[in-house]
Amino acid sequence: MSSDSRIAHAAEDMQAGFLRRYVFSTDHKIIGLQYFFLAIAAVTIGTVLSLLMRFHLVWPSAHLPFIAGGIMTPEQYLALMTMHGTIMVFFVLTTAPQSAFGNYFLPLQIGAPDMAFPRLNMLSFWLTLLAFLVMLSAFLVPGGAPISGWTAYPPLSGLGDITGPGEGMGQSLWVASVLIFCVASLLGSINFISTTIDMRAPGMTLTRMPLTVWAWLVTAILSLLAFAVLFAGGILLVLDRVAATSFFLPAGLVVSGEFQTHGGGSPLLWQHLFWFFGHPEVYIAILPGMGVVSHILANFSRKPVFGYRAMAFAICAIGFLGFLVWGHHMFVSGMNPYSSLTFSLLTVSIGVPSAVKTFNWLGTLCGGKLQFQSPMLFAVGFVSFFVTGGLSGIFLAQPAVDTELHATYYVVAHFHIVMGVAAIFGILAATYYWFPKMFGRRMSESLGKLHFWLTFVGVYCVFMPMHFVGIAGGIRRYADSTGATYLAALQPLHRFMTIAAFITAAAQLIFFYNFFRSIKSGERAVENPWDATTLEWTTASPPLAGNFAGRFPSVYRGPYEYSVPGAAQDFLPQHLPPEELASGGKERSHAS
Amino acid sequence: MHLRGYASVALLLALLLTILVAATVYVFGAHLYPAPPPISQDAVQVDHQYNLTLYVTGAAFVLAQLGLAWAVFRFRDRGQKASHIRGNVALEILWTSVTVIAFVGLGILGRNAWAGARLTPAAPDAIQIEVTTNQFVYTFRYAGPDGKFGRLDPALVSAPTGNPLGIDPNDPAGQDDILAAELTVPVNRPIELLIRSQDVVHNFFVRELRLQQDAVPGMVIPVHFSADRIGTYEIVCTQLCGLGHYKMHGLLHVDSQSDYEAFLKRQALDQ
Amino acid sequence: MQASPVTELLERDGGGGFGQSGPLGGGEGSGNPGVPQRAYVTGMILALGGILMFFMALVSAWVVRKGFPNSDWQPITPPRILWLNSLILIVSSVTLSRSRRCLVARRDEQSRHWWGITTILGVFFLAGQLLAWRQLAVAGLFLATNPSSSFFYVFTSAHGLHILGGIAALLVVAVRPPQRLTRQTATTVVAMYWHFLCVLWLGIFALLWLGK
Repeated sequence: MSSDSRIAHAAEDMQAGFLRRYVFSTDHKIIGLQYFFLAIAAVTIGTVLSLLMRFHLVWPSAHLPFIAGGIMTPEQYLALMTMHGTIMVFFVLTTAPQSAFGNYFLPLQIGAPDMAFPRLNMLSFWLTLLAFLVMLSAFLVPGGAPISGWTAYPPLSGLGDITGPGEGMGQSLWVASVLIFCVASLLGSINFISTTIDMRAPGMTLTRMPLTVWAWLVTAILSLLAFAVLFAGGILLVLDRVAATSFFLPAGLVVSGEFQTHGGGSPLLWQHLFWFFGHPEVYIAILPGMGVVSHILANFSRKPVFGYRAMAFAICAIGFLGFLVWGHHMFVSGMNPYSSLTFSLLTVSIGVPSAVKTFNWLGTLCGGKLQFQSPMLFAVGFVSFFVTGGLSGIFLAQPAVDTELHATYYVVAHFHIVMGVAAIFGILAATYYWFPKMFGRRMSESLGKLHFWLTFVGVYCVFMPMHFVGIAGGIRRYADSTGATYLAALQPLHRFMTIAAFITAAAQLIFFYNFFRSIKSGERAVENPWDATTLEWTTASPPLAGNFAGRFPSVYRGPYEYSVPGAAQDFLPQHLPPEELASGGKERSHAS
Repeated sequence: MHLRGYASVALLLALLLTILVAATVYVFGAHLYPAPPPISQDAVQVDHQYNLTLYVTGAAFVLAQLGLAWAVFRFRDRGQKASHIRGNVALEILWTSVTVIAFVGLGILGRNAWAGARLTPAAPDAIQIEVTTNQFVYTFRYAGPDGKFGRLDPALVSAPTGNPLGIDPNDPAGQDDILAAELTVPVNRPIELLIRSQDVVHNFFVRELRLQQDAVPGMVIPVHFSADRIGTYEIVCTQLCGLGHYKMHGLLHVDSQSDYEAFLKRQALDQ
Repeated sequence: MQASPVTELLERDGGGGFGQSGPLGGGEGSGNPGVPQRAYVTGMILALGGILMFFMALVSAWVVRKGFPNSDWQPITPPRILWLNSLILIVSSVTLSRSRRCLVARRDEQSRHWWGITTILGVFFLAGQLLAWRQLAVAGLFLATNPSSSFFYVFTSAHGLHILGGIAALLVVAVRPPQRLTRQTATTVVAMYWHFLCVLWLGIFALLWLGK
């Protein structure tokens, strides 16, 4: 294209209105921010839902002003629970680490001007937003939101509202939302993988990619393969619900005294399809966080990531093995008990690359020069929570022990610690770390630290006791403890967790205050406030359109060259040619 | 970068991690919230495997969290230079091998507890009891003196008219079937439960037996146990089955042989 | 007044902002690498991977369902017109290859000619599939009649929708080709998609026959 037409285009862009630049933008940075704010809205809603749940568990007969009838019913509790899980898993944990931060920083970290398919990228976001709105609309229809959990097992979810309130229109909207979300994810994955494969800067070989890029790449591959399967399962569920097919509905069902005319489908078939997606999904939620943590630990220890190749390999191994273990959600499902042993062996095997990563994180810290600013604190917190949550999984990985713990609060503790805490700490670490780059300003460091201490203590107080509730036999997805008589003895633990939950949720207000206030009036950030080595730190904060002001970088070394003996400064940026190293390259920036 | 004293931050973090470890070890060690005592050999096996797993993962937990605490404090920035170590292949091989042995070892050892309960069939003389679940009750069916269960026809299900399971009235084997709202079994006898569901997926869980099995409509799933302690134990549903899920529970009575036979006689009279 | 940091994202064009480069990538002297043409091929391969997974999930469901003991699996005989439809689709793949060979040999007129024939054959395929459905309906086999018929309709409609997308792509490339792809790349990725759907159909057809 001629320079004349390029100038014309540029002028046109500048004159493009607010809508074209900030709403219907194809710029990966804007899209990344759009996903980020979507995730913030989702996590706020999801947290409020969980607080209502925790409140009800302890005070089930309390009068709540905003509920028709005053007292929360069991089905309302289940609706809150279903939507809490669904919103958090899809619109927070699948969105923020990958779609938000990945979109913003993948092109920057590989030295690209944008994603490979910017318009497809925009479409992905708008589909995700549509899915979110459809999901929320389930609250507003007659019958309300579905009550079948985020796992939506048929026949409970497959027969319409004869199985319970919310199972009519609410469940239909839920499935529609999930199907739209699947498409959005598939399109997004195609973008991430193509961009990473085909648009890396000259000199950026695979082994010079930051671990964040590795994580986003493997996560996108998982997304591509897993969401395709969920989509298929969802289509079959829709057909069972509206077209009288019987993929998941067996013959001879009698629901509330009414005989159902279905033929020989299998509820287990849904479980297999769902968990074939569902297990990779949890790795989709955690892998980007692992990449960010490695990245941040190196930066703030002023040391290379210990065992970079092993770390990259472990990301791939976790991704691959993640497809082979889905049966561990189904040990007591009626599945062939021999399959359980196979799934069990594969599941404990996934503990190996996870342990390798943990050892290597510790190895990164040892011998380092640790600087405990907010991103580093949350990254270290991630390691602690990943250790706790990962180890608790070993119990569940063995079918004999799982027989005692399945569907108890022990499972809830396990997955909350890995997903609802560790993955969130990954998101928070990434937010504190990349805030200067995204918004050109600094967050308050003291507020960040306060947020960390309160949250770190708070979430351990919420979720550690949950293990004990489960071991003692506290069953999950119970609206309250007035059923089996032994549950009453566990109420003190529930009370403690609820109070801790409210305090911890309140502490997040510190983060929101810090975040939004700093966008508006935080101290101005320089290009590279953390003295980091990777490419996103070589350009303006925030980066201009096109990312690198026309001077696209080449890469001369690995991504974690910190404290190299004999170097002039304690970090060697990836983009500086060897001959410029002595002068330190661009002017040094100061971090506070 | 300015040099900052990170001593207080590092210390606090290390301290919190240490408290975490201490509190966790204490709660587990002091058995503050234990599972109820096991009442069968299979349950004892499960507990053995649970304890073994607890020791191994507990050790890993303590070492990792305390290791993190130590590293955080020891290597805080005090003006030192970081060492440019990129890795250590021997160390990687070592800790990977240890992890493989520990985790895979646990998995393999756990086979026995599972095999005993799930890979071996019920004893030939086991008493068969059918467990039917629906929203939101358990119904238990005994085969009666003829030892045979009557044929079930879902189209005949009618709780209001006293046929909640849909037993075919034309089947002679079903004439003497005994229904009960609570599960009563004799102590120290092998029992085989045939678990089924009429509507959605439910579950049958008795903590003391360490036995849990989903009830899947369209399937009849057998599980077996032999209870070795007389008493009453609670049965709960752990698979989300609708708005009454939290209230779906039942009772397991483990009685002496004579009490069990008396129970059967009483129930037969009530049918 | 300080500009908001988000505004600055797009305020000043750094010269060579993305999207300015032509299909061959790279503006003059700006260093903007743009999007290499091979990225579109990568993207198509990935899309085909996702589509394949989707159909594999359906196939697994079919295998499992068919294999139930005591199941009510009544295999249906695929309507005979499916043989004709398969032939049409195979021929359309041949004509598509022909079209691309002409393009490479710079015989544009002929290339467009064969491209058009491919498109028409695609439409005929879809019409044939609808006829197959009509034939099943006449035999009393609808979506919910039995598991075998359910899968038949699910497979054929899923595949058919993808073919519809392929026809749309054929038309778009012919009438209003996307600016960022070269003619070569555009026709390559559409051809990949089309050939994939042809092979996929043959696989589905074989499956439906096996299920008989």
